[in-house]
Amino acid sequence: MRRLLLILPFIGLLWLPFYNKAEPQLWGFPFFYWYQFIWVFATSLLIWIVYAGEKKA
Amino acid sequence: MNTPAQPVMHVTAWIVFALFFVLVTVMGFVAARWKKADLSQLHEWGLGGRRFGTLITWFLIGGDVYTAYTVVAVPALVFAIGAYGFFALPYTIIMYPLVFLVMPRLWNVCHKHNYVTTSDFVEARYGSHWLALAVAFTGVLATMPYIALQLVGMQVVFGAMGFGDVDPHTGGEIALVGAFVILALYTYTSGLRAPAMIAFVKDIMIYIFVIAAIIVIPAHLGGYGAVFDAAAKHFAAAKEAAVAGGKPSPAMGILLEPSQVTAFASLALGSAFALFLYPHSATGTLAASGPNVIRRNAMLLPTYTIALGLVAMLGYMAIAANTNAKGTAIVPTLIIDQFPEWFAGFCCAAIALGALVPAAIMSIGAANIVTRNIWRPYVNRNMTPQQESSVAKVTSLVVKFGALVFVVFLPLDFAINLQLLGGIWILQILPAVVFGLYTRWFHSTGLLVGWAVGMIVGTWMSWSMGVKPVFAIPGIGGIYIGLIALVINLVIAAIITVIVKSAKMDHGVDETVASDYEDAPGTAP
Repeated sequence: MRRLLLILPFIGLLWLPFYNKAEPQLWGFPFFYWYQFIWVFATSLLIWIVYAGEKKA
Repeated sequence: MNTPAQPVMHVTAWIVFALFFVLVTVMGFVAARWKKADLSQLHEWGLGGRRFGTLITWFLIGGDVYTAYTVVAVPALVFAIGAYGFFALPYTIIMYPLVFLVMPRLWNVCHKHNYVTTSDFVEARYGSHWLALAVAFTGVLATMPYIALQLVGMQVVFGAMGFGDVDPHTGGEIALVGAFVILALYTYTSGLRAPAMIAFVKDIMIYIFVIAAIIVIPAHLGGYGAVFDAAAKHFAAAKEAAVAGGKPSPAMGILLEPSQVTAFASLALGSAFALFLYPHSATGTLAASGPNVIRRNAMLLPTYTIALGLVAMLGYMAIAANTNAKGTAIVPTLIIDQFPEWFAGFCCAAIALGALVPAAIMSIGAANIVTRNIWRPYVNRNMTPQQESSVAKVTSLVVKFGALVFVVFLPLDFAINLQLLGGIWILQILPAVVFGLYTRWFHSTGLLVGWAVGMIVGTWMSWSMGVKPVFAIPGIGGIYIGLIALVINLVIAAIITVIVKSAKMDHGVDETVASDYEDAPGTAP
């Protein structure tokens, strides 16, 4: 069931109304850009959670 | 700014470039002795003996997927139309959950039965020569223009460094042929070990270049806020100019226009599905030493996505810096304008080496397919391992030579269009390969017909839009054609499967069993 976590990046990145906007900005980056960068880290983390969980099981 | 009338040659840049090129060439030949083994065996020459650990695999696949062409083409798209070019970011993020889930199964079954290519697997799974041939044919067809585009990546770098009085076109071609002959020779002798070893150097260089670029260039331009402002103003002005000229407002800007949204999302999704179907990705993955190496890499490879996103930013930096170049030339030109010449040479070398690694892996992937799935079944059924390896070596030469001819003699647009079609084509093997890893429900006849229809419909749709990747569906918006064709492919494969099964036709023999897909007992953690 942990594997369902891996759907999150698809939802977060393919549903554009979430992030096709300029505000709030971060260090000069419009939201559209830094939001995508955040998902890189989040996806790695989610894969790690699934991997670690399956190894223990 | 340098105009074409004043020929320049950045000598310091060339010297630095040459130093790195020589270093890498030596490494390419020495690689034959690395993890020593009998290179006259195909799985040794073409898969490095399936012995690459987490770190090597990370460099190898990273160097393979994020190519020189990506480094010049993504910023070029961002430079031209803005946010839309960033589809490369969601694309190279959502692909990793897929890699994590699917590729270890492929690795397990291929390791168990010594399959070297995805078509080997398809043939054994469905017991169908024809389906395996379709998968093999699609793989080679989609790879050829991809290799050609790597050459284009090198060509623009050479062009930016200049050739003095030599005509840039001639100079570029001479440099290209030279670089490619060297590449062909060490790939021939060392196989997959050569790009694996070179990828270390090349990727570290790319990271240094990217880190320097994202710190130094925005500092010259007044920070990221200023860069985005300049880009936003530039796009607004371009739109106003178009409207004033009586033309429709072009779809561009630092955010997506409503008309671009569905195209952006479907391109990201379709490209993510497509990437790991390419022979070069399969080769890189199958060369790993175990399924957990692949799983760990699914976590670690997104580091390259960060670098890619930052490289895409170079497109905006080029706008803010008023870079005097067009298309794929903007990145090398920006580098030469913004950096001291020795460092510009370093960066240009990084990009050019970024072409050699994927070009080598792609030609090896194509060579493995030709050997295993075309030569063995149709020319010589009883090849010894030594004969397999020699066929693959010679094929890798032929493939690279073909790509070179492509770039030197045919118009650039031709290679770009074919590569674009290649993405649509490669998606059509997804049902046979990926679904095949989970179920044998589909019948090979259904998969074959679905594939053929997907290929034809996809090509036709793209052609009808003027060789574009996106098809406008009324009421929905633009959708990536690869995905549309894939859906049609799947529907047809399912319908025919149902019909064929109800007619009780032979379902072929499956060489594999369910446990072949799971991690073997005692798999390295």
